[in-house]
Amino acid sequence: MARYVIRRLGLAVVTLFILSVVVFVVASVLPGSVGRAILGPFALQESVDQINKELGVNGSLYSQYFRWISHAIRGDFGDSYKFQGPVTDYLASAFWSSTKLAVLTLIIVVPIGILGGAIAALRKDQASDRIITVTGLSLAVTPEFAIGIVLILFFAVKLRWVPAGGSADGSIIQQFKVLILPAVTLSATLFGYIARMTRAGTIEALAADYTRTAELKGLSRSRVLGVHVLRNALLPTIAVLASQMSYLLGGLLVTETMFNYKGLGLLIANAANDRDIPMLMAAVFVVGTFAMIMTLIADVITAWLNPRIRFGSHV
Amino acid sequence: MTSETQPIAKTPSQEMRSQLLRSKTFLLGNLGVAFWAICAIAPGLIVNRDPAEQNLIKKWTHPFTDGFVLGTDRSGRDVLSRAIYGAREIMFIAPAATILGVVVGVMLGLMMGYLGRVVDDILSRIIEALISLPVILVALLALTVLDAGRATIIGVIGFLFAPLIARTVRAAVLAERNLDYVRCAELSGENSLYVMFVEILPNIFGPIIVEFTVRLGYAVFTMAGLSFIGFGTQPGSPDWGRTIFDERTSLLSNVWWPSIIPAIALASLVVSINLIADAIQGVVDK
Amino acid sequence: MSEPTLEFEDLKLAYMVRGTAREVLRGVSFAIQAGEAYGLVGESGCGKSTAAYAAIRSLPRNARVLSGAVRLAGRDVLSLKKNELRDLRANTVSMVYQDPSQALNPTIRVGPQLIESFTVMGVDKHEALKRSTAILHKVQIADPDVVMDRFPHQLSGGMQQRVVIAMALACDPKLLILDEPTTGLDVTVEAEVLDLIRNIRTEYGTSVLFISHNLSVVRSICDKVGVLYAGKLVEEGSAQNVFEHAVHPYTIGLLKCLPTHGLRKDAQRLSTIPGFLPSLGADLPTCVFVERCSFADETCTTEVPLWRSLGTSSVRCHHAEKVAGSPAENEIAGVSVEINRKIKPILELVNVSKSFHQGGQSFKAVQDVSLSLYAGETLGLVGESGSGKTTLAHTLLGLHAADAGGKILCDGKELLPGRRRRTLEQIRAIQIVFQNPDSALNRRRSVRKIITRTLRHLARVTPEEIESRLRSVIAAVRLTEGHLDMRPGQLSGGLKQRVAIARAYAGQPRVMVCDEPTSSLDVSVQAAILNLLADIQRESNTSYLFISHDLRVVRYLSDRIAVLYLGRIMEVGPAERVFDGPHHPYTEALLSAVTSTTGSTTSRIKLEGEIPSSMSPPSGCVFHTRCPRRLEGDICSTVEPPLMATPDGGVMRCHIPFEKLGGRV
Repeated sequence: MARYVIRRLGLAVVTLFILSVVVFVVASVLPGSVGRAILGPFALQESVDQINKELGVNGSLYSQYFRWISHAIRGDFGDSYKFQGPVTDYLASAFWSSTKLAVLTLIIVVPIGILGGAIAALRKDQASDRIITVTGLSLAVTPEFAIGIVLILFFAVKLRWVPAGGSADGSIIQQFKVLILPAVTLSATLFGYIARMTRAGTIEALAADYTRTAELKGLSRSRVLGVHVLRNALLPTIAVLASQMSYLLGGLLVTETMFNYKGLGLLIANAANDRDIPMLMAAVFVVGTFAMIMTLIADVITAWLNPRIRFGSHV
Repeated sequence: MTSETQPIAKTPSQEMRSQLLRSKTFLLGNLGVAFWAICAIAPGLIVNRDPAEQNLIKKWTHPFTDGFVLGTDRSGRDVLSRAIYGAREIMFIAPAATILGVVVGVMLGLMMGYLGRVVDDILSRIIEALISLPVILVALLALTVLDAGRATIIGVIGFLFAPLIARTVRAAVLAERNLDYVRCAELSGENSLYVMFVEILPNIFGPIIVEFTVRLGYAVFTMAGLSFIGFGTQPGSPDWGRTIFDERTSLLSNVWWPSIIPAIALASLVVSINLIADAIQGVVDK
Repeated sequence: MSEPTLEFEDLKLAYMVRGTAREVLRGVSFAIQAGEAYGLVGESGCGKSTAAYAAIRSLPRNARVLSGAVRLAGRDVLSLKKNELRDLRANTVSMVYQDPSQALNPTIRVGPQLIESFTVMGVDKHEALKRSTAILHKVQIADPDVVMDRFPHQLSGGMQQRVVIAMALACDPKLLILDEPTTGLDVTVEAEVLDLIRNIRTEYGTSVLFISHNLSVVRSICDKVGVLYAGKLVEEGSAQNVFEHAVHPYTIGLLKCLPTHGLRKDAQRLSTIPGFLPSLGADLPTCVFVERCSFADETCTTEVPLWRSLGTSSVRCHHAEKVAGSPAENEIAGVSVEINRKIKPILELVNVSKSFHQGGQSFKAVQDVSLSLYAGETLGLVGESGSGKTTLAHTLLGLHAADAGGKILCDGKELLPGRRRRTLEQIRAIQIVFQNPDSALNRRRSVRKIITRTLRHLARVTPEEIESRLRSVIAAVRLTEGHLDMRPGQLSGGLKQRVAIARAYAGQPRVMVCDEPTSSLDVSVQAAILNLLADIQRESNTSYLFISHDLRVVRYLSDRIAVLYLGRIMEVGPAERVFDGPHHPYTEALLSAVTSTTGSTTSRIKLEGEIPSSMSPPSGCVFHTRCPRRLEGDICSTVEPPLMATPDGGVMRCHIPFEKLGGRV
């Protein structure tokens, strides 16, 4: 187990390095200069050079990358071009807002998704299974803003229960009211994946010989499901949950724009529209790192739940 | 134990085809996609109003009034026409990007799965890093730096999908590689290219088709998201994502049709694509 | 007589496949008395497992009982309420099935899984723990506490099966159902598990329903045997009677397919059963076996044969008297071929080793193997799983590169280690037939394409000649032109294996490696494939390296035999000598494990402990940890015995002098 975790951590560091290179390369090396992208096609070449110098995107690529990454590791992503202040400050507050939204989303969607998937599996090929599967699938592929706008129409405009957007400040209840619609929007998208994975895992576990062994022992249905099926069924689900983190984070971009919620997503959307390259690079890098950490955690949990890895002699 | 029963009549692919044609979701999905394809190719067949024609006097006309079946938007443009014309851009870019992604992804996946070792190790690391990033974010980053033309969007989405497809293809190739027919081919002195493309590739067609349809859905999803944020389409374009962004504030004035109609259009397209994907997956998995 | 433990009464059962009912059991009746062991035998697809699962009502969702009844301990199993069924399963009946690694929950330790079997009967936790320890002792697990603390994957296959059997015994069942409990286990482990089952029977007096395709295993365990064909019992009687004086043509056919009693290819061809098993749900109005029966006449196609008793057996056949009385069919003699070992061998391996790396460690899967193979000869390669048989074959083929230091010579010329560095001619010289034709044939290609590609690319046959060569290859493996345009999925297992043989044979190789070519096939098909291999060898003088875990099959086909243990050669010698002795103690134990399944009463030579890992092979003689004839003193554990030449031209690796090694009495 320890060996597995160390190996996984080592791979994570390598991945992180590749990630930083990807972000850097996309932002700096692709045809077109950063300065030109910021100032537009009609600016003087001198101004472009000037801005490139300010942003540290002159000199050799290697030295540029080195300068950027060595600062980034210390949490210094330079100054935002638009706000003229340290990127990190803006990033931190946005990150906190987004975390609140993401946590609420997970609290809503994980239990419902697992429950939905398990019910679908137990009623495989019956009407309730088809309904859960098809609804989940449809919600999963519909862009968040298309779902969000319908939610706003009903719950904010028609029923006036909650605001149509804004920032999460004030009392817990007020914050909850702001957060609930975007959280439900994100949940709708994620529900399908989690339910689908749980369903597949449960069906596989139900069909397994060990489940038959448990039934033939004469165990009660609830014990067969609770003790023998559930754990084996959830193993693949957890792995998927982690890989869906990057979808959740991608979803923030659109959802926060839709609800005008000041988190990482909106920050990134605005930075892109304002061509605030340092901000954009930093935000994408932070989001990527975060997604990777989640994957790492999920891998470790999966490994811990799976004795084959936990007590494997050689992995 | 292999049972010694009498030969069966149908080949697996024939059986798959007949199962697909019996599937209701498959037919429904195809109907939806076909409809939007017609809208994209020949919108004039369906509606005759110009989607760009403004008429500020008729701003926010209710549906079924003054001959506007689905009402008008904030500039008095016909919502129905815009919804139909809105399919154009996305129905061109999404398939093109998906084809690019599948071609690159299949090649990478075949190499990683079959050649293995160093090639696989290096590419796997890069792919893992790319996959941990939300596609839409990297696309946004690239589109910010590059000029945001059609070719760029196709290239960026295709390039970002390639690793995801490569991962699926690699897994399928690894399963095939364990089968002895690959060893038989090697012992017939076949070279790696022949083994990869002529022996293995036809056997992983099922997962590739599934991957293609699933990714097509995602391409629409991603493209719509980008255009919602303001990238990939020109201002004023009838594209659904952009329209929803532009018209979402009218909701607050209780005017729902300019934003909800394109949302429904978009949802109907992605759901149709995914019904097809789901049906194919169901058949391939059997 | 008291009421039977299990009774099937004319059970008819079907699977629903797309709305139509396909009959699997076509009216099965039999009874198992208290304390009796009943064996249900038949080839795959005959419905024997379905019968076993019907006995405890654990059937797939699409199964429908059409008529009939199953009574277990006097209760009608098919009409019990859910909680009554649970109660029955908890207290009265237990089941053990084929793959023990699947039967145990991978995420739960062995202890809790076993304890659960007791608590379900209402025993308290503390008592359950005590009983669990006791029952593990009963199934001969020496240190129950250690085993209970393990996860299933940390136990060997034999251990896992013991645990499963212990769980089954927890409720002291009236009936124990065993569905292929030893299939997939090594012979030595199989013998141990069978010993255990025999002990349990004498100790507990449990009734047993034993399902197996392996006739000799059934014979060694059961009192009574029922032969199932296409969902109907065709013969039933005491085990001894059925196996020694079978009266149904199908039973006779099945028994004659087996290469038993030291049968060899040059003495006699194996009998086969022509035709195919009827497909599931096929319409069989009269005798189910009529289409494949050589005794069938008009009565058989018009009248349903009744179940009647004939002497001590019962049978469902119009002509049973005639069949039983008829002399044995003319057995076709094999043809013996003289092998010239004075000329240079076709293939020579000199000190070939192959190591693998795993988790930073490296281990030798094959070590210093030297072998030679002459033209037209079959060299059998035997050993338990993990002995390196397949690794050796793949190394020879160049599928992975041999370690430096050894040599592989083909026709006197050295072959480079990996296939990529060999010429097409060298690749063509050595070909392979794999175990599983489903895996070995590209399922997207027609038979024609599979064979012509090999002919054109490997054998470099010109386009003009392709058609005629294709025809001769097809004829050689006894396929017809009609098969050419089919895909593998449309062919039966036996036909697929013929295509795989055709592919290997198409390039006219000097050496054909046969890696367990019949172990995924039913016995009647196996016989046909073995005959085919013998024919091809006789006609083309191809040499075979024949790998199999089934010693009888190896003996039938092989001229010489090499025994491997942990990647090392233990002995090589002429087939008769290796089988009859004097032989290596390891070979002796392997053979003894087989005889114990054929029902003979000679005491079995037991191998202690489990096969050591090739990661850390034992010192000295690698076999010393399990050797029943280990010598006094520490020579066996410290000095690796050299390979000594034997008088018959073979080699032997043992400290015991050749003359003193054991042989069959």
